[in-house]
Amino acid sequence: MSDMPSRPAGSETPPAGSGTDTPPEAIKAIKLRHPWRMVLAVVLIVLVVLFVVDAAVNRPVYNWTEVGKYLFDTRVVEAAGYTLQLTVYSMVIAIILGIVLAVMRLSPNPVVKSVAWVYLWLFRGTPVYVQLVFWGLIGVIYKSIDIGLPGSEPWLSITTSDLLSYFALAVIGLALNEAAYMAEIVRAGLLAVDRGQEEAATALGLGWWHTMSRVILPQAMRVIIPPTGNEVISMLKTTSLVIAVPFTLELFTRTSDIAAKTYQPVPMLIVASIWYLAITSILMVGQYYLEKHYAKGIDQRPAVQQPTVETSAVAAVDTEVPPSNHHAGGGA
Amino acid sequence: MNAAETPMVKAEAVSKSYGSNTVLRSISLEVKRGEVLCLVGPSGSGKSTFLRCINHLETVSTGRLSVDGQLVGYRQHGDKIYELHPKEAAKQRRDIGMVFQRFNLFPHMTAVENVMLAPTLLKKGLPKSQAKARALELLARVGLAERSDYYPSQLSGGQQQRVAIARALAMEPKLMLFDEPTSALDPELVGEVLEVMKELAKSGMTMIVVTHEMGFAREVADTLVFMDGGVVVESGDPREVLSNPQHQRTKAFLSKVL
Repeated sequence: MSDMPSRPAGSETPPAGSGTDTPPEAIKAIKLRHPWRMVLAVVLIVLVVLFVVDAAVNRPVYNWTEVGKYLFDTRVVEAAGYTLQLTVYSMVIAIILGIVLAVMRLSPNPVVKSVAWVYLWLFRGTPVYVQLVFWGLIGVIYKSIDIGLPGSEPWLSITTSDLLSYFALAVIGLALNEAAYMAEIVRAGLLAVDRGQEEAATALGLGWWHTMSRVILPQAMRVIIPPTGNEVISMLKTTSLVIAVPFTLELFTRTSDIAAKTYQPVPMLIVASIWYLAITSILMVGQYYLEKHYAKGIDQRPAVQQPTVETSAVAAVDTEVPPSNHHAGGGA
Repeated sequence: MNAAETPMVKAEAVSKSYGSNTVLRSISLEVKRGEVLCLVGPSGSGKSTFLRCINHLETVSTGRLSVDGQLVGYRQHGDKIYELHPKEAAKQRRDIGMVFQRFNLFPHMTAVENVMLAPTLLKKGLPKSQAKARALELLARVGLAERSDYYPSQLSGGQQQRVAIARALAMEPKLMLFDEPTSALDPELVGEVLEVMKELAKSGMTMIVVTHEMGFAREVADTLVFMDGGVVVESGDPREVLSNPQHQRTKAFLSKVL
């Protein structure tokens, strides 16, 4: 069968495309114009300039010198620090607890599943402000925390208010409420991962824990992070409610307190807003890098179309060796 | 041969149903060590389900299914049969490699990370460097040494499937299951995957392959099993079955795919 009309030897035909030395010229087209974009931009800039000039000159209530005076006031900076701490601590707890609750809700164990469901029902179903007031009263409701058997003298008894400061209660209140929302976000992320991934991990002999921690969760993170970023920013602002506990050292309460003394509420509102915006901006940068990290392997697809070393090798073998019977092709 | 020669896979009257829907009816077959068995048949005939029963991704409803003399998913003590703890079931699966139609590579890991994941996590005392060296060896074996640092999304379907084969081999299984390994591939990429599978068969691996590639079955399989409607309609030497099918349903199916 060697006299089959096989492909011509490689030296005869030049490879396609190698005939011309210069690459084809790019198309030189006149760009489509968008005049209305310019008009809109100019109108907006004029409006903004007018607003800024007006705010600077005609509105004494803004009192910009007062803003400048208090922006980096020690009390304000400290308050911003507390706000940031409240946000970070409560979110860290909420994320961990949220993951636990999400896994519990997806568990095949009906007891565990119901516990998670009741938790969500309770903490999502009541306002966070009400919950924070409750946490503030916990020292009144449960005067001491006793460890021991019911009906007998406790082995260990701690006065609740000694154990938990208002700051700690604020963190607990915010975290437990947020965990309920995080649980739903994490659950959505876990469900978004292809079923085949779990199956592949199981087939490899990985146990449940390894499957979750190495295969499912890292992929779920891609879905979990954007709404979690949302929650963090939302939490930053929810911290202004911890006055309900009452914890008074965070940004909004602190600036309000100062305003109550100076009789100038507006500049202090601006000070607080600037700090909230600044912290939000930092958090957004963090989110960008986190998203980039967990997009690993998802958004890259350059090399797919190029011939690989081994497939071009296969092609070379194909042209040189005459087809023989033992070389039965694959796709029958 | 002697009694010690236990078959790698032995199914005795295996049935499987979901509620009232029976997908496998009394399947009995045997795969000896080093043998390649091809399962063919129309979709919905139960071939994939049977394959998934072998590594306990699905549980068998009735009958007995054993791999290397061990009951799959259960443990027998006297005449009582106990369900295995998930940990023990996982241990059982480590000896059985599986390759999926849709590859199911872990997209957040590079090719080499995919291959070394299971050995790194499961083989106690195996240093990471050694696991990696072994993974690179396996990738070289499937012709992908140069692609070890690529993510699955950067690989063609055929390359992904070859990585998946290397991943399944990483736990040094004694049995390999292939669930339509070339069905999701572009026609021109099918050959490279089948080539790797042929090599594997030649090296003496026991394999069960659900496939529509009759050419592959004819060339590589020791036994061909034709299934339809959850039953084994016909089985035997692949050349024999393919060229001279005895059963009407086999004839009808083969006339459409050959």
